[in-house]
Amino acid sequence: MAFEGLADRLQGSIQKIRGKGKVNEADVKEMMREVRLALLEADVNFKVVKSFVKKVSERAVGQEVMQSLTPGQQVIKVVKEELTELMGGQQSQIATAKKPPTVIMMVGLQGAGKTTTTGKLASLLRKKHNRKPLLVAADIYRPAAIKQLETLGKQLSLPVFSMGDQISPVEIAKAGIQKAKDDHQDYVIIDTAGRLHVDEALMDELKQIKELSSPDEIFLVVDAMTGQDAVNVAQNFDDALGITGVVLTKLDGDTRGGAALSIRSVTEKPIKFVGMGEKMDALEAFHPERMASRILGMGDMLSLIEKAQTNVDEEKAKEMEQKLRTASFTLDDFLEQLGQVKQMGPLDEIIKMLPGANKMKGLDNLQVDEKQLGHVEAIIKSMTMKEKEQPEVINASRRKRIARGSGRTIQEVNRLLKQFEEMKKMMKQMTTAQLKGKKRGGFNLPFMK
Amino acid sequence: MSFFKKLKDKLTLQQDTMSDKFREGLTKTRDNFTTKMNDLIANYRTVDEEFFEELEEILFQADVGFDTVMKLVEELKMEVKRQNIKDTKDIRSVISQKLVEIYQGDEKFNNDITLQEEGLTVILFVGVNGVGKTTTIGKLAHSYKQDNKKVMLAAGDTFRAGAIEQLEVWGDRVGVDVIKHAEGSDPAAVMFDAVQSAKARKADILICDTAGRLQNKVNLMKELEKVKKVIEREIPGAPHEVLLALDATTGQNAMTQAKIFKEATNVTGIVLTKLDGTAKGGIVLAIKQELGIPVKLVGLGEKMDDLQPFDAEKYVYGLFADLVDEVPDED
Repeated sequence: MAFEGLADRLQGSIQKIRGKGKVNEADVKEMMREVRLALLEADVNFKVVKSFVKKVSERAVGQEVMQSLTPGQQVIKVVKEELTELMGGQQSQIATAKKPPTVIMMVGLQGAGKTTTTGKLASLLRKKHNRKPLLVAADIYRPAAIKQLETLGKQLSLPVFSMGDQISPVEIAKAGIQKAKDDHQDYVIIDTAGRLHVDEALMDELKQIKELSSPDEIFLVVDAMTGQDAVNVAQNFDDALGITGVVLTKLDGDTRGGAALSIRSVTEKPIKFVGMGEKMDALEAFHPERMASRILGMGDMLSLIEKAQTNVDEEKAKEMEQKLRTASFTLDDFLEQLGQVKQMGPLDEIIKMLPGANKMKGLDNLQVDEKQLGHVEAIIKSMTMKEKEQPEVINASRRKRIARGSGRTIQEVNRLLKQFEEMKKMMKQMTTAQLKGKKRGGFNLPFMK
Repeated sequence: MSFFKKLKDKLTLQQDTMSDKFREGLTKTRDNFTTKMNDLIANYRTVDEEFFEELEEILFQADVGFDTVMKLVEELKMEVKRQNIKDTKDIRSVISQKLVEIYQGDEKFNNDITLQEEGLTVILFVGVNGVGKTTTIGKLAHSYKQDNKKVMLAAGDTFRAGAIEQLEVWGDRVGVDVIKHAEGSDPAAVMFDAVQSAKARKADILICDTAGRLQNKVNLMKELEKVKKVIEREIPGAPHEVLLALDATTGQNAMTQAKIFKEATNVTGIVLTKLDGTAKGGIVLAIKQELGIPVKLVGLGEKMDDLQPFDAEKYVYGLFADLVDEVPDED
């Protein structure tokens, strides 16, 4: 039941088409099915998925994927681009009324996190925007909701306006705004009670509050774990109130958060903030690209590509490839490669980022010992130029010297030399196999346990 | 006699069938589901790949778990091949059969909350933030109070602002004692005190609240294990029930919640809350199937008596009722 990201899902189809020069329409269709499943699994609403897949599919069948030599990657790229675009730009600004106070209304289902978000938003307004917010406790229904807001206000040293739970929320909102005017507070955040989008009486109450307080922002607070119903909730609240933005809460959990996409596409309102924890400063701006990656369960792979692009010198890579082909690969080159790999970050992390790494022979459950890498480096650096270029000259007494020089044991030196020989052999096979289109075998690098 | 026919007869016999509320709550989804299913069958003459895609979507829409949908559709495909079904009209009964199979897994489980015949019963509530643990505890306390049980509550959510007060308000409403410490104190210590005083005051039932926590917060899950251990240590065999509160609007993540909370606290049952909205929490079918955790209670609103025992037959029947009505009699 472990969730598979899109990249993992596509592995199967990619393996099937590997070796084919080009992919045909049927292959694309199969890949699109995986895209669809990945999105559904991430809780994106099925209607949204449908129109999305159609769009991606059109692009894929066109030039981009079918002409590509790496159709799998290309599909992922297209999907991610479209998804990011659909998510909209980053818009975390909060409206400011021409004449203060600016009024913000917080609305949503029960338990979405409105009160907590109200506190976080107030804290953000004060810290980042240097504003003076007043919190208005208009949730008279849930027991101790007022108390909760008051406690948060005390923690943040921010004023909270409340009138108990016997007065209508409409009156409370009205009085709260007046209070802010009197006290020269420039923002008012009204915390309303959670309610079902189908509860007409309570939705009417919100409409009344809206009419009376003419808010500059109406934020719909939505739990990131919401399933297919997210579209109904967002649609109803938007129809009734005309929301201006969305706050996605509990994103510090392990949900994929497909609800974000659903909400965005039915309301076309920006997701402005995301709740990332229970602390009062855990409110962050929404990053469409990060969200897209998260929904696809593949953020890591893209950052790997980025890392590789920035850290591996292309010319050097070409040179290396040439050496591999001619089998003139030396221990020195090996060391250089190690250095490049190390620059990319912790090795086991990098290997985990590779899609399908868990399915590759010899790479599953791989543990990379960073220390070992250092040892390998030390051993190679203790060799003379000649030894590095022609490892076959390393006899017993040279081994002894290298071991002493690097502070390692002779056994370790032996192991490294043996593995290097094997690697060279394998690389030779790989390069010839690539040329002839043969299957490659498993491999083992000196720093792998 | 077909299974659904039996089920239908049984339900017709019970004149007090499902409460109006329950029916009302389910109507929306059911209509949706059935309309979809009928549209599907009407729209597609032949059983092909597209037909199955549509079917998958209908099931997904009810938030039925991902793997459950996949498995069901896979089995349907096999069945279609085996029986050589070409016309969508003929597949209806096959779909029904498969739904029954998901459902029948439920029968073996005990959906009741087991109370100790003698002495104290401890019920521990766990779940992520905002699912309705405290509210459910208030309602449950009310229902036991109606049965003349001596109930006590333990305010184990010492983290969230106002959580203790929220439980106290419920305690006042229902008329039961609440054991509490100050906000920010150790929840395990609250539990220790609560168990001691529940024993001293000879309470029948102690219901323990805990702070909502996301299941991927390792430290918080460890804290919960500790809370449970403290109760275990004070009363062997307790907590007698560990109930996971689950928001019906939650999507596929509910499966992960159930899995990890089960690992940490050996969850004995689920309370499906907020079932009075348009979401129906179809994921509970998958949770039952994969983890064997039954739903024991459903929350249908914010009033004191809006908590009801879960009746799997009614739930499944409610979801698929009209589809079931279409099942041709086989006998």
